[in-house]
Amino acid sequence: MADSGSEAIAVIGNTDLTPSESENNLKNTMVEKGTSLLKKMEISVAEAEKRTGKNAVNMQETYTVYLIETRPVDAASEGTNPALDSLWRRYSEFELLRNYLLVTYPFAVVPPLPEKRVCKQDALVTTACKCDLNSCTVTSYFLQQAEFVWHKLSADNMDPDFVERRRVGLENFLLRVASHPVLSSDKIFYLFLTEENGWKETMFETGFQAKADSRLKALNATFRVKNPDKRFAEMKHYGDELQSVISQLLRVRARAADRLYGVYKVHGNYGRVFSEWSAIEKEMGDGLQSAGHHMDAYAASVDDILEEEEHYADQLKEYLFYADALRTVCRKHELTQYELEMAVQDLTSKKQQREELATGTIRTFSLKGMTSKLFGQETPEQREAKLKMLETQIEEGEEQVKERNAECDEFVKSAWVDIERFKEQKDHDLRESLISYAIMQISMCKKGIQVWNNAKECFNKM
Amino acid sequence: MSGSVVDNTVSSGNSSAAIPTDVSGQILDLDEDDDLEVFSKDTTLTDGSSFNASMQTSPASMINQYKFEEDADTKDIFVTVDNPESHVTAIETYITYRVMTKTTRSEFDSSEFEVRRRYQDFLWLKGRLEEAHPTLIVHPLPEKFVVKGMVERFNEDFIETRRRALHRFLNKIAEHPIFSSSEDFKIFLTAASGELTSHKKQGPGFLSRMGDTVKAVAAAVRGVRNRPQEFTEMQEYVEAFSQKIISLDKVTQRIVREQKEYLEELKECGPTYALWSQSEEELAEPLKNVAGCVDRCCKETEEQVKNLSDHLIPVLHEYVLCADTLKAVLRRRDNIQADFEAKTEALATKKANRDTESKVLSLAWASLVGRSPEEVKQQKLKGEIKEMRDDLDKAEDRLEWANNALKSDWTRWQKVMRTDLRSAFVDTAERNVSYYEKCLAVWESFLHSQRTDAEGNGKVDFS
Repeated sequence: MADSGSEAIAVIGNTDLTPSESENNLKNTMVEKGTSLLKKMEISVAEAEKRTGKNAVNMQETYTVYLIETRPVDAASEGTNPALDSLWRRYSEFELLRNYLLVTYPFAVVPPLPEKRVCKQDALVTTACKCDLNSCTVTSYFLQQAEFVWHKLSADNMDPDFVERRRVGLENFLLRVASHPVLSSDKIFYLFLTEENGWKETMFETGFQAKADSRLKALNATFRVKNPDKRFAEMKHYGDELQSVISQLLRVRARAADRLYGVYKVHGNYGRVFSEWSAIEKEMGDGLQSAGHHMDAYAASVDDILEEEEHYADQLKEYLFYADALRTVCRKHELTQYELEMAVQDLTSKKQQREELATGTIRTFSLKGMTSKLFGQETPEQREAKLKMLETQIEEGEEQVKERNAECDEFVKSAWVDIERFKEQKDHDLRESLISYAIMQISMCKKGIQVWNNAKECFNKM
Repeated sequence: MSGSVVDNTVSSGNSSAAIPTDVSGQILDLDEDDDLEVFSKDTTLTDGSSFNASMQTSPASMINQYKFEEDADTKDIFVTVDNPESHVTAIETYITYRVMTKTTRSEFDSSEFEVRRRYQDFLWLKGRLEEAHPTLIVHPLPEKFVVKGMVERFNEDFIETRRRALHRFLNKIAEHPIFSSSEDFKIFLTAASGELTSHKKQGPGFLSRMGDTVKAVAAAVRGVRNRPQEFTEMQEYVEAFSQKIISLDKVTQRIVREQKEYLEELKECGPTYALWSQSEEELAEPLKNVAGCVDRCCKETEEQVKNLSDHLIPVLHEYVLCADTLKAVLRRRDNIQADFEAKTEALATKKANRDTESKVLSLAWASLVGRSPEEVKQQKLKGEIKEMRDDLDKAEDRLEWANNALKSDWTRWQKVMRTDLRSAFVDTAERNVSYYEKCLAVWESFLHSQRTDAEGNGKVDFS
């Protein structure tokens, strides 16, 4: 386990914290855990802007760029505000970076990016989005035909709410990488943060693209491992379960949020009717009118409440995507294991061939054996040549097996370290999320108590 | 039917009613029979003198007698409705409710009574009160059965809601200065079932009521010419009030619906957290905890929905029916006025006829014919006119009585309405506060458990 430095006791603030504030606590925890990178610099994604330009097929397109700001943490100059370095990056560049990290550190549980795109949906759909949450990441809300609808469904990537949430997600991604014991010291990552131009070239020079392509092909192929590592199999299974349960939770939560919206908004009607009624009453008028105002306030309060719930949903979503990263690591391990097994198998068969050739006995059926039976044995020179070739191959094979073994061992070791790190991070973060959810509920209850107490006072004056 | 022992006022059938004129705060005890004579359309009871005598004091002073100060201390009768039971006979199945009365009133034979009544009996009582006092406001009864909600007659919730409404109904009657001294009310509270049945059969019955309705409809067509401003204002208010209260009823019902749907979704959250906890180790405990909290909040939400349905909605609904009652009362008052106006017109016409006739005749016939047939005719006319005048006087008195009764009861009703709706809304607000307080406690206990855990874990984690 990399030496992270300071302790990480959960920062459980007082119950008056909003979830966005507790999100900051999360970030502070990451910074406190402090990799050497984070000790050196502050990182943030401060802004987002629209740009237009020509894309790869020479067509005009509009896209969003995000401003990455870095600032050296100079303990010496506490008073002054050190110079800010900044550069603009598009989402696609973040994707490139992540792919590079995936390939270069296959054993690492690489932090996920925020949603790629939002699923477009009909406004009158009455069931939750049915798309596979693995590939299409969606904040899908169950829209009703009633006039009370809370749709957090951004119809396109240009929607300001969506852009804002993505900005936060991208910042989170950078901080996660920067606080990763291994990933944070990657040179390309550093360049991504500091070099606007030339970053891509340097990255491509590492030749990761070729590795990426071959890896991708291999990973997508189906293969069976003879001796699956139980731990990794369990981890993969866990990843599956986590993904499934978080998706379910997000769906259920979204539907409940929509319904809650309806409940609050209908109370607004009380406000209207009380106001109208107060017009025809003499003594009751004042009480009714002011009670009506409180009902309006109650109805309006749900917007903030649901806005805060969105933060909570985002925290869950990050781990939904993390689950995928976890599964990817397990899959890569399988691949490594498979390649080792293939190498071993290859070596074994070559050794067997040598034995047969040396002793002249044909233990296993082989076409060679048959043909040699039919067409006569080879000459001793031919046999000698073949033996020599086999010897070389066997030597190479043994080297390869040794390599692959080492690779496998190395992978298992590093991966398991990172998985443990991830587990701890996940337990900590999700517990924080649950706590912030509770804080949110408490805040909602307190607001409710206040409104209804106020309303009660007004009713008493009726 | 007579012989009700009523203190300090009318003795049976007798004319001299010693109705005190200075009675602010005192309840007016009227012999039930006199009421019937005054207000029923049954013209066989024409003891005009008795009527007149009991109306010796001007209707204006009646206003004083209807005024009352709601003093809880002076409440001398307590009525409860409870203990529904189902009865099965060969013909039908029905529910009876126990009606218990505790009173210190001397006109009651004892101080405690317990009887069983069914919904029909309540209907009968309401009808009698409305008949006897067409321009007083009788609190509505719960409806016969709810078609909308497809509620079965013998469903537990339905019976309980109805029981509460019947309880409120009887208490409203008991608190009403006029109604509470009604003989029918007393019999309702005290008579054994058999007695009640036989009492029900007497007096103006169903057909008479039908007749009234028909006449009322006919009269309504006639229209009122000089409706006093205050009653026009009353009508406008009732129209507006009716709309508002109907809206409130609808809004509340919508809230209940939305809450129920919210509850349906929320019910799935807890189990999802619980399911998640099964795949986790460190997180298992907080997740299970959260699942428990969500489930507890579900229960509280369920109860809150029930509260709205059980407490606020029935009261709003009653006032929707009240609005209809008010409209009917105003109509009846209008009819009484229309009746008076019609009679006034008829008398004027008759008088005019008499005058013209007498002029013409005296000129024409004086010389030609003997006076006899003429005189007879004149005499007949005189008689007719006197009858019409008496009728008119009665109608006038009836109108004044009705107007004053309505005015007083209107003031009383507004006070009661204000109290009822205020307490219903205050109650609702309190329940909402309590709901949020309970949920708050649930989540705070979760936070507390996590805090203590964190402190514990922190000590372990620290390396």
